[in-house]
Amino acid sequence: MTTAAVNVEEKLFQNRYKVDHGRPHIQIRDASICSTQCATRDCTYICPASCYKLEGNGAVTLITDGCLECGSCRIICTEHTNVQWEYPRGGHGILFKFG
Amino acid sequence: MKERFDAIVVGAGPSGNAAAYTMAKAGLKVLQIERGEYPGSKNVQGAILYSDALEKIIPDFREDAPLERHIIEQRMWVLDEESFVGSHFRSDEFNREPHNRYTILRAQFDRWFSQKVRDAGALLICETTVEHLLMDDGRVVGVRCDRVGGDVFADVVILADGVNSTLARKAGFHPEIAPRNVALAVKEILFLPEETLQARFNVGPDEGVVIEMLGKITEGMVGTAFLYTNRDSLTIGIGCILDDFKHRNPGRKAPYTLLENLKKHPAVAPLIEGTEMKEYCAHLIPEGGFFSVPRIYGEGWLIVGDSGGFVNAAHREGSNLAMTTGRLAAETVIEARKAGRDMSSTTLREYKVKVDASFVMKDLHKYRHLPEILHRNNQFFTQYPELVNRAARTLFTVDGEDKASKEQEIRSSFRSSRSLVGLMGDAYRLWRATR
Repeated sequence: MTTAAVNVEEKLFQNRYKVDHGRPHIQIRDASICSTQCATRDCTYICPASCYKLEGNGAVTLITDGCLECGSCRIICTEHTNVQWEYPRGGHGILFKFG
Repeated sequence: MKERFDAIVVGAGPSGNAAAYTMAKAGLKVLQIERGEYPGSKNVQGAILYSDALEKIIPDFREDAPLERHIIEQRMWVLDEESFVGSHFRSDEFNREPHNRYTILRAQFDRWFSQKVRDAGALLICETTVEHLLMDDGRVVGVRCDRVGGDVFADVVILADGVNSTLARKAGFHPEIAPRNVALAVKEILFLPEETLQARFNVGPDEGVVIEMLGKITEGMVGTAFLYTNRDSLTIGIGCILDDFKHRNPGRKAPYTLLENLKKHPAVAPLIEGTEMKEYCAHLIPEGGFFSVPRIYGEGWLIVGDSGGFVNAAHREGSNLAMTTGRLAAETVIEARKAGRDMSSTTLREYKVKVDASFVMKDLHKYRHLPEILHRNNQFFTQYPELVNRAARTLFTVDGEDKASKEQEIRSSFRSSRSLVGLMGDAYRLWRATR
């Protein structure tokens, strides 16, 4: 099966968000673990909103603005449990129009 | 402010609404806390509503609930790269009232259900996230919200906070969910004119179609895909077990890639052609089944719905289990109060007795081995769909070859990719897991 190119940002553009500026609800506990100890960086692969990016130097960066609040990144980080995951403050984050 | 309630319900999805409604209706002083802007704004589902579970709570729900279409046709497709083998079941019986199941949009449906909860007398606070449970000497006495003076107290707290089960996890009631026990599903809602939809799916006004899909579309990962007809939109989605997205699976595909490939499949593409995508969602589904249901009651607390892993993955049922567990939790609390008992673990154990005696645990028990068997035997998602499609193609291609030779060709294609022992073993394993 040929793999379709996917523009995730374009998809997220259809969604409604109330971003809690400056207060990300998910944080990487220790960034050095991602860049030096984690060989798989599954978070960068699984996140359906592409919030996690693998940088050229092996670092993992996280921008939670487009987060769909599924929880996959936290659960898949079994080896290092390096994802500090909370729900956004009340009223913030994704606001599904249809769900 | 140290306001006290008989019960606090965290979350306003199907399980939380069922619990809050049932308790409020019985005259209890109920506080329900929802983190979304309105109930439904954080919730994602396919979504099919099964009437029975809701009827037991709100018998006349059909009078004003926002229902999209009642289902008159079920299609099951097994796909390979270019084709599918399918079975369709359609019956005019499904047009007779009362209808058995409907497509719904959760953002609208949950809001409707929540209005019923408030009409019944419960107090609902939205845009409020519960940070953690308040404990006193090993028992839950209330919750802390992310508001100033956000501590509220109650005799019992019902955790209807969804699949991530944040509160019970933080309180140490159960550990993190394992990647093999949860599926990640992504979906889109695609709009099109009502008449186009009806012509495309061969249905009349209010009639709907469900398509469940399995096969090459999940690239060997354990999972399924679906397409549902709403009033003037389609919901299309695909979900796979989280563990299969891990690095060690060389055939893995990113969730949005799976969805994009599904939309481009020659069997699906014509159905969604020319539609307008208006939302992209992702959600986890607890699919571990019987063995992954955690402890669901304790000192001053009960767990209902997805938070307790109540999903029957084999039959794509979840919201009906959620509503049922929510109702049973509420009934447990109501009966305990009537009997003048405290909300101790000993009292609340009755909830587990009720859940065990209901279809919820009976069904989960019946399919208890299925998740493990599918996980260890991905030929059900790769080889078999291919073989079945190849067999159909061979059989239906008229090319001068005699039928007996064609049948022989099909038989040997099965045996060359899977030994006779393997074939029989698979049949036995599936039978054992679903009997």
